[in-house]
Amino acid sequence: MSLAVPQGRRPRHLTVGRIGIYALLVTAALFFMLPLWIMVVTSLKPMEEIRLGNILALPAAMTFEAWTKAWSSACTGLECNGISVGFWNSVRILIPSVILSIMAGAINGYALSFWRVKGANVMFGVLLLGAFIPYQVFLYPLVRMFSLSGIYNSLTCIVLVHVIFGLPTMTLLFRNYYAGLPIELFKAARIDGGGFWSIFFRVILPMSTPILVVATILQVTGIWNDFIFGLTFAGRENLPMTVQLNNIVNSTQGERAYNVDMAATMLAALVPLVVYFVSGRWFVRGIAAGAVKG
Amino acid sequence: MDTISIHAPSVPSGSAKIRRRVKTRLPAAIALLPTALIVLVVYIGCMLWTVRLSFTSSTLLPKLDWVGFAQYSRLFANDRFLTSASNIVIFGALFISGCLIIGFLLAVFIDQNVRGEGLFRTIFLYPYSMSFVVTGVAWQWFLNPGLGLQKLVRDMGFESFTFDWLVNQRMAIYTIVIAGLWHGAGLTMAILLAGLRGVDKDLWKAAKVDGIPTWRVYTSVVLPLLRPMVVTAVVLLTTGVVKLYDLVVAMTLGGPGIATEVPAKFVMDHLFERNNIALGTAAATIMLITVVSVLAPWVYVRYVRPQGRHA
Repeated sequence: MSLAVPQGRRPRHLTVGRIGIYALLVTAALFFMLPLWIMVVTSLKPMEEIRLGNILALPAAMTFEAWTKAWSSACTGLECNGISVGFWNSVRILIPSVILSIMAGAINGYALSFWRVKGANVMFGVLLLGAFIPYQVFLYPLVRMFSLSGIYNSLTCIVLVHVIFGLPTMTLLFRNYYAGLPIELFKAARIDGGGFWSIFFRVILPMSTPILVVATILQVTGIWNDFIFGLTFAGRENLPMTVQLNNIVNSTQGERAYNVDMAATMLAALVPLVVYFVSGRWFVRGIAAGAVKG
Repeated sequence: MDTISIHAPSVPSGSAKIRRRVKTRLPAAIALLPTALIVLVVYIGCMLWTVRLSFTSSTLLPKLDWVGFAQYSRLFANDRFLTSASNIVIFGALFISGCLIIGFLLAVFIDQNVRGEGLFRTIFLYPYSMSFVVTGVAWQWFLNPGLGLQKLVRDMGFESFTFDWLVNQRMAIYTIVIAGLWHGAGLTMAILLAGLRGVDKDLWKAAKVDGIPTWRVYTSVVLPLLRPMVVTAVVLLTTGVVKLYDLVVAMTLGGPGIATEVPAKFVMDHLFERNNIALGTAAATIMLITVVSVLAPWVYVRYVRPQGRHA
């Protein structure tokens, strides 16, 4: 399936139909851009201007004050250190979670598609079913188990949770990718006396770059955007950016500083947006592959 | 195992071969062990534990008594839960059908050989990269009647214009649907567009020769061909529906009143805030049963039956 070749009827000149098509696309594009536009202009306005209404207008007196405030002094509940705290927490959660979950997925996928281990397919089936089960079904017992083992509300805990719930998608992703590699390659390596780990590191892993990129995109956006796990497992000291953002926006007393709220929102959206714009088509590929494609 | 080798002592025995195979496969088995443990303890163990707790009278701390289906009868007499259940049905139906319709239309229009295709695609899909918290906060700001859309239109001269869905008990759930559509429609578009690009070019020529109108080709020929893509999209969107929680928390916090409560939030609130573990786990079990009964046949057909490398 090639994405690059345009298809459909070839138009000859601008007809009423063509104008209609563009009109609809542009309208849709405006609808999709609207919230982003509003976030940006609101974040650049002083509060006096926001109170006047006209939510769409460009700022008359543009100011970055709200951005500095959102970053370093907005209040998330009782503390007022801005969303930067959440940003760094998210970074500290993100890096180990992404690396560990991708490693786990790669090893699982490799073992599942090249080595016939008894019961492995049953395990994989259960794991896949697990991907569709609402998290609420697992949360309470997990919390109990983590508090019994003493790591509840810590960085280790939240990283472990991300690895556990990343397993189905990551395993599926790598298993399907490796299933597409020629088996002869593996057989040749076996004849040369390669063992489980040496084949993995010397033959399979060097061929995995595309799927590693897809997995990284998927996990970086997924883990950065997570809310429910951060809220439940990270503990007060490690609350990720999404949770902090929600605290800034929804737990303020008195008049809400909409410009600060929107600046904080933009800051929280920045990392996934950058990933999205940089990765382009890989992004879609990742979501589709991680979902169900075989 | 050793009993086999008694019958064939001279040739390299079967059991030795098996033993060798087991030995070479041992690292693979060890590598899969942590995942197997997680599957057993977390995916199966925690699930069963949750189900078991739903038959107890646990409140702040878990108890292991047995009260039968008492929690379930309380659950189905609970206004908040019933509202949650009906909300998720409304949201699910509108969100999935809306994403499919908007996604299909956008994909078809983009597929008409338009200029700036890449730009349109980027614009339609970018919301999907953002978190539900960001989505919820942005739409909450835009739809708030005081300074948002309603004020904007009123200031333009339409003074009786009213759009207060966000704070209107009857309509609030639909604002969640709008935000959800904004977040997810682009993804559906991207998946269906990939499908459209896979449609055979000759099909278009044939249709042209036969003089069949384009829209008719799309609805009667292309759409059936896109079935696998539609299924992919529906599965993705469905998992999104089941998980619906952050969007509601960020946008309405379940309000006004209990107008936008959803099952995931009902469970979270009862487990971690309202100290009613048994009722929370009962609601979680209902979620589990619903999802499994919908998805189990599909997962079986798609993954478990065609075993091995070509699955």
